[in-house]
Amino acid sequence: MYKYNDFDAAFIAERNRQFRAQVERRIDGSLSEEEFRPLRLMNGLYLQLHAYMLRVAIPYGTLNSAQMRQLAYIAERWDKGYGHFTTRQNIQYNWPKLQDVPDILDALGEVEMHAIQTSGNTIRNVTADHFAGAAADEIDDPRPVAELLRQWSTDHPEFQFMPRKFKIAITGAPNDRAVIKAHDIGIQIVEQNGERGYRVLVGGGLGRTPMIGKVISDFVTEVDLLPYLESIVSVWNQIGRRDNKYKARIKITVHEHGIDEIRRMVEERFEQVRPTFGGIDQQLLAEIRESFAPPAFRKAEIDDYTRAYDSDPVFRSWIDTNITAHKQADYAIVSISLKAHGKTPGDATADQMRTMADLAERYGHDELRISHEQNVILPHVHNSDLAAVHTALKQAGLATANIGLISDIIACPGMDYCALATARSIPIAQEIATRFDELKLEHEIGPMKIKISGCINACGHHHVGHIGILGLDRAGVENYQITLGGDGTEDATLGERAGPGFSYDEIVPAIERIMNAYLAHRETEAETFLQAYRRLGLAPFKAALYPEAQANAA
Amino acid sequence: MPRAFTPKVITANALLEGDVVYLTADDIWTRDLDAAELLEDEAHAQLRLIEAQARVHEVVGAYLADMKPSPHGPEPTHFREEFRRTGPSNYFHGKQAEKNHV
Repeated sequence: MYKYNDFDAAFIAERNRQFRAQVERRIDGSLSEEEFRPLRLMNGLYLQLHAYMLRVAIPYGTLNSAQMRQLAYIAERWDKGYGHFTTRQNIQYNWPKLQDVPDILDALGEVEMHAIQTSGNTIRNVTADHFAGAAADEIDDPRPVAELLRQWSTDHPEFQFMPRKFKIAITGAPNDRAVIKAHDIGIQIVEQNGERGYRVLVGGGLGRTPMIGKVISDFVTEVDLLPYLESIVSVWNQIGRRDNKYKARIKITVHEHGIDEIRRMVEERFEQVRPTFGGIDQQLLAEIRESFAPPAFRKAEIDDYTRAYDSDPVFRSWIDTNITAHKQADYAIVSISLKAHGKTPGDATADQMRTMADLAERYGHDELRISHEQNVILPHVHNSDLAAVHTALKQAGLATANIGLISDIIACPGMDYCALATARSIPIAQEIATRFDELKLEHEIGPMKIKISGCINACGHHHVGHIGILGLDRAGVENYQITLGGDGTEDATLGERAGPGFSYDEIVPAIERIMNAYLAHRETEAETFLQAYRRLGLAPFKAALYPEAQANAA
Repeated sequence: MPRAFTPKVITANALLEGDVVYLTADDIWTRDLDAAELLEDEAHAQLRLIEAQARVHEVVGAYLADMKPSPHGPEPTHFREEFRRTGPSNYFHGKQAEKNHV
C-alpha cells in the first residue's frame, strides 16, 4: 500500500491546521456561514438534515487494518459508534459536532487519511475496482495510477474552481466492477501488441441526465496518460457550462459538442500540455508502483477447508456466494456483506470495523477494500483460513451470504439523513431484504442488483440497477419510480422506466410482483433476471406491476 | 390570485451541533417543535425570518417551514419536516432519542 512521504504528511498537517483555524473563526463569529461554507466543503464537511456529516475519502477504496481501526475509534469517540460506507468508496460520519471536526481530521491524518476534495467542484476521490490487485481477470493493478491521480488532482491549482464536480474511476480488468462508464472519466487498463496502455472514456454519469461514457481514446500510452487526462479536464474547465449547474457536468459538454469535437479539442490541448510534463510523473508512478507490490503469498494445505466446505452447509453457502476467484492459486477474495437482512446497507459498527481490521491483519495481508456496492473486501485470504474468517465474521454479524443477490442492495442515505433527498431509501432497502429473506427466495432468484436513490442525483446508482428505485416527492407524499434492465458493468445500460410510481407502502409488493414474473417467465434456472429482461423486454414485468391497467385494457 | 398564506415556524440547524432548532416567541432557539412560535401572519413571518437569519452565530440556514396548529403546538404538514423533528428511521438517534434535551 502507498505510504505518505514527508510532503504528503506536511501537506495534510498544514491543511488540517488551516481548517482548525477556520472552524475557530466560524465559532467566534469572525467568519459568516457564507464565507465558511466553501471552506468546510473543501474539507468534506456537510450540514445535513439532523446534523453535520463528515465524508472521509478512502482513496480507490483501499485501507489497512490500522486505518480501519482508526475509523472505528473516530466512530466511537466523536460519532454514534458506526460509520456509513458509500457508493464512492468513502465513509461518512452522520453525527459529528462542528468543534470536534478538526480533531477528527487530525486523527485521520495520523493514519494517512483525509477528507480533502470529498466535496465541492473539484476532482473527487478516485475510485477503482475493489478487487484490484487480486482479481483473476485483471491485466494490471489500477491502484498505482489511481494514487498518481490522487496526488495530481489534490489541490491542483487549475482544477479548484471547475464548472462542477468531477469523478474518475479506473479498472484493470475487462469485467468492469468500477462502473467506469458512469463516470466523468473512466479508465480501463488494456494491452495492445504487448504494450500496456489505457482506454479512456469520457462523459458518463448518472443524476438527472444519465449518460453512458464514450470512448475518447482507445489507447493512451502510460507516459501520455496524465497529460492526456489533464487536457480533458482542462478543455472542460474552459468550455463546460457555468451558466446552469444542471448542464455543467462534462457529460453535457460531450453531448452538446459531440465526442469527435471534444476529442479534437483535447488533442489540440494535449499538444500544449504534453511538453510541460518532464517525466517527473513517471518517476513518481514508478515509486508508487513499488508500494503496491503484491503481498508475499504463502502456501499451505487446504484439507481443512475442503472438509469444512463439504460438511458445513452454512459455510458452503457463504463460500458459494461471497467468494471470488483470486489470481493466486489457493487464495480467495472475500466479500464481507454489510447488508445483513433488515440492517442499513453500508453501515458498520465500530466493533465490526475492528473485527474486519483484525481479520485483515491476521489472515488478509493487512489489506481491506471498500466496494462501491457498500461492502468490505478482504482481497487476499488463503483458502486454508476461510473457515476461521467465516467463524469470526459470524460472531460479529458479518457473515450474511448474499453478495450479488436481491438483499445486497445499494441505497443512498436518502431522507433519513440527506438534505437533498426527496424521499427515504434506507427503509425501502431494509424492507425488501427482510421480505425476500422471509420468502426464502433470495438464492432461487439468483444474481440481482437493486439500487435505490432518494433523489434524482442518483447517488444510489438506480439507473444501472437491474431494478432501480427512485424516491420522489409527489405532492407531499413519498413516491417510488421503478426502472428495469439497468446494468453497471462493461455492458453498461440505463434502465427503462416501468410506468407510474408506487407509494411507500406499495413499493415492496411491487418488487415482489416483478420477481414472481421473472420466476414464471425464465427459460431455465440459469437465465438471470437481466438475461430474461433482455429477452422479454418490459411487457411481462409491466403487466405484473400494473394488473389493474391490464384488466382495464381487456 | 396569490396563494393564501399558510402557518409556518422558523427553523434552522444549530451552528455547533448541527441539529434542528426552532424559534420560540421569546426569541429562544428550542429543540422542541411544540415550543416553537406558529406564525400565522405573512408580514410578521417575514420580519421574524429576517431577525432569525441575522443570528448567524447561533444557527445556519434559517427558513420558514409549513406547519398546522394542534393542541400540542405546531405540527408538520410535509414528511420532510416530520423527519426533521423526529430523526432518522433506521436508528433511534437524533431528536426522538433526545426528547428532553434543550
